[in-house]
Amino acid sequence: MWVEQGFNPCVASNYFFGLSRCGKPPAAEADMRGSLAAGLKSLLHPAFLKRILEDLLIVITATQAPEKYQEIFDQFGSRVAAQPRWLQSLRQEAFARFAETGFPTTHDEDWRFTNVAAVSKTAFELAGLEHVKQEQLEPFGVSQFASRLVFVNGLFSADLSTLAAMPAGVQVGSLAAQLKNDPASVEPHLGRYLNFQRDPFAALNTAFVEDGICIAVPESVVVKAPIYVLFVTVPGSTPTMNHPRNLIIAGKSSQVTVVEDYVSLGEGATFSNAATELIAADNANVSHYMIVREGDAAYNFSTLRIQQGRSANVATHSLLLSGALVRNNVHPVLAGEGSECLINGLFMANGRQHMDNYMLVEHASPHCDSRQFYNGILNGQSHGVFHGRIIVHKDAQKTDAKQTNRNLLLSDEAQIDTKPQLEIYADDVKCTHGATIGRFDDNALFYLRSRGLAEAAARHVLLLAFANECLDRMSSQQVRDHLEKLVVAGMPEAARFEGERSPEGAERNLEEVG
Amino acid sequence: MSLLEIKNLHASVNGNEILKGIDLTVNPGEVHSIMGPNGSGKSTLAQVLARRESYEVTGGSITFDGKDLLEMKPEDAACEGLFMAFQYPVEIPGISNAYFLRAALNAIRKYRGQDEMDAMDFLPLLKEKMRMLEMDERFLNRPVNEGFSGGEKKRNEIVQMAVLEPKLAVLDETDSGLDIDALKIVAKGVNAMRDKKRSMVLVTHYQRLLDYIVPDFVHVLVNGRIVKSGGPELALELEQKGYSWTEPELVGKR
Repeated sequence: MWVEQGFNPCVASNYFFGLSRCGKPPAAEADMRGSLAAGLKSLLHPAFLKRILEDLLIVITATQAPEKYQEIFDQFGSRVAAQPRWLQSLRQEAFARFAETGFPTTHDEDWRFTNVAAVSKTAFELAGLEHVKQEQLEPFGVSQFASRLVFVNGLFSADLSTLAAMPAGVQVGSLAAQLKNDPASVEPHLGRYLNFQRDPFAALNTAFVEDGICIAVPESVVVKAPIYVLFVTVPGSTPTMNHPRNLIIAGKSSQVTVVEDYVSLGEGATFSNAATELIAADNANVSHYMIVREGDAAYNFSTLRIQQGRSANVATHSLLLSGALVRNNVHPVLAGEGSECLINGLFMANGRQHMDNYMLVEHASPHCDSRQFYNGILNGQSHGVFHGRIIVHKDAQKTDAKQTNRNLLLSDEAQIDTKPQLEIYADDVKCTHGATIGRFDDNALFYLRSRGLAEAAARHVLLLAFANECLDRMSSQQVRDHLEKLVVAGMPEAARFEGERSPEGAERNLEEVG
Repeated sequence: MSLLEIKNLHASVNGNEILKGIDLTVNPGEVHSIMGPNGSGKSTLAQVLARRESYEVTGGSITFDGKDLLEMKPEDAACEGLFMAFQYPVEIPGISNAYFLRAALNAIRKYRGQDEMDAMDFLPLLKEKMRMLEMDERFLNRPVNEGFSGGEKKRNEIVQMAVLEPKLAVLDETDSGLDIDALKIVAKGVNAMRDKKRSMVLVTHYQRLLDYIVPDFVHVLVNGRIVKSGGPELALELEQKGYSWTEPELVGKR
């Protein structure tokens, strides 16, 4: 299964004017007139008209979608009837918002390069807890982590989970249990930071809050070993969806490492729509890892909303390896003075996979640093998106924000859209962004081959080198080694590169300082 | 039997003929120096030997250790024992020097039917070679050539050569841009590798290198042809008179 691409007027305009879209090598200036003429001609082409019709269909189906969800939402209400009243009303509000907006279309600027019609057109039912045996989890290779929390279809499985001894006062477990046992500890945080007004998927997640990981580390407590959270989606005979909702609260001067790993057990259409609120209080140090490696018919949406206090230091690393459609939203707000955020990611798409990384970095206080590094490896007919938005608010003087997106296109049909967006309302700031789109470096390939490495091995080394740029920024050696194994296993087979040559001028560099 | 036999070699880059009939024979243990002015085809010859695909051979033959070199891919030539030290070594961020060299050595060992070397055995070997080239151990874990100075890159090339132990080493302007201290270190490393079996082709623009690595033969390459060959004394003559005095001989041949 793959994600249908409806006609997108923005794509067409990009094609005409040769902006950031780069599937084929960019048209040289001299070719502009030619491509414009070709573009106009294509307007009359039947395939083009068909795409317009499809696009209209998407708009219609998108607005229809919420009705179907109303029924599911009403049924869900009885399933979670025991939830505290404040949560019930939060969910109601969120659903009302979703019902109002429906799913986004490519006319929406934030969704310009990602068509979610395949999600809005599919009738997903809410998934329930499926029985999964411990040995079924073995292929995921996470047994080396002493603290392993397992969620099946978004619901906590105590049987499959193990938790190493934790320092006194540390809370690690199921959000559903926490809501039942101590709702007052959750109320000040849950839903406070994630804004469901601006994203229909966040609204949908909030409407269906039920379970997820809940971690709270008290002031000055250090949790050294990573807490590994495995979210297992088990496809059913009909399409199912789950909406995990996670809460990570790192107290003042505390330290913790959390890994979220989204996997599928079997093939079938699924829709995972996770949201995590990560609160790093003053001087807290948090490392967060996000792995998406779901099945070929899985739609994975996630939003990480980070709230940082004074001098808080947060690093979030994403590794997107598979899934039919993956949308990875990362939204840190550097709210406290002197806080730092590292947003590091690697996405590797194959076949017709679509991987969209939407970064929104908000600088709200002075002297904060943010660093975004995203590397994409795109093979087959895959489509990658990097949307890097940085907002520097009025009072955020001495902001130092940097954004780098590097992409490697391995086939002629792979495509990347990269879009930096800087909004600066302060006057004493340093913001830089840069994007590169390229192919294998012939010089580097020849250098490796001249030392005895076969062409396929040389390409493998160069891919690993490209991936290592991201892996080397990870502070937990244990997690890094685990991710390196996943990256190597997920690398495209060498045979698929055969015959691919790098045309002249295929490398582009877009660097700007604002 | 000669190790390298080049006969009437013609080669083009982007349709321009650069090599216009080169003949050269290198026997085991010999060191040959190829000198010549800019644009004479020295580097093209080195690239053709290393089997760079963008250099098209349009005529002639090259036999390396009894096999047809022109039939080989770059990795085959390397595995057969040919090594080229690059004029401009390539930076490869994300891969450490140690990882890269072990992968290369193991590729070559595998080709020769030898067991692969594990990191425990390999590291002492690499450290020993790095000491010879006076390179700090911190270069082990640094990405290949990234952020190295020019001299460090060239020394790193010779470290690679020392680890891979080729039958024939082609040094493409390894001396260019080196200060005298770095040049002495590089020369010491190269001289330490000279033996009765190993041959070398030193491609150089400057006679100075030959003060430290004394060749058995010197060839002058002008406009894609070897116009003069001789012993080490030829290099001194070139140093004193420049390349222009070789031109009349070239004109004479036309």
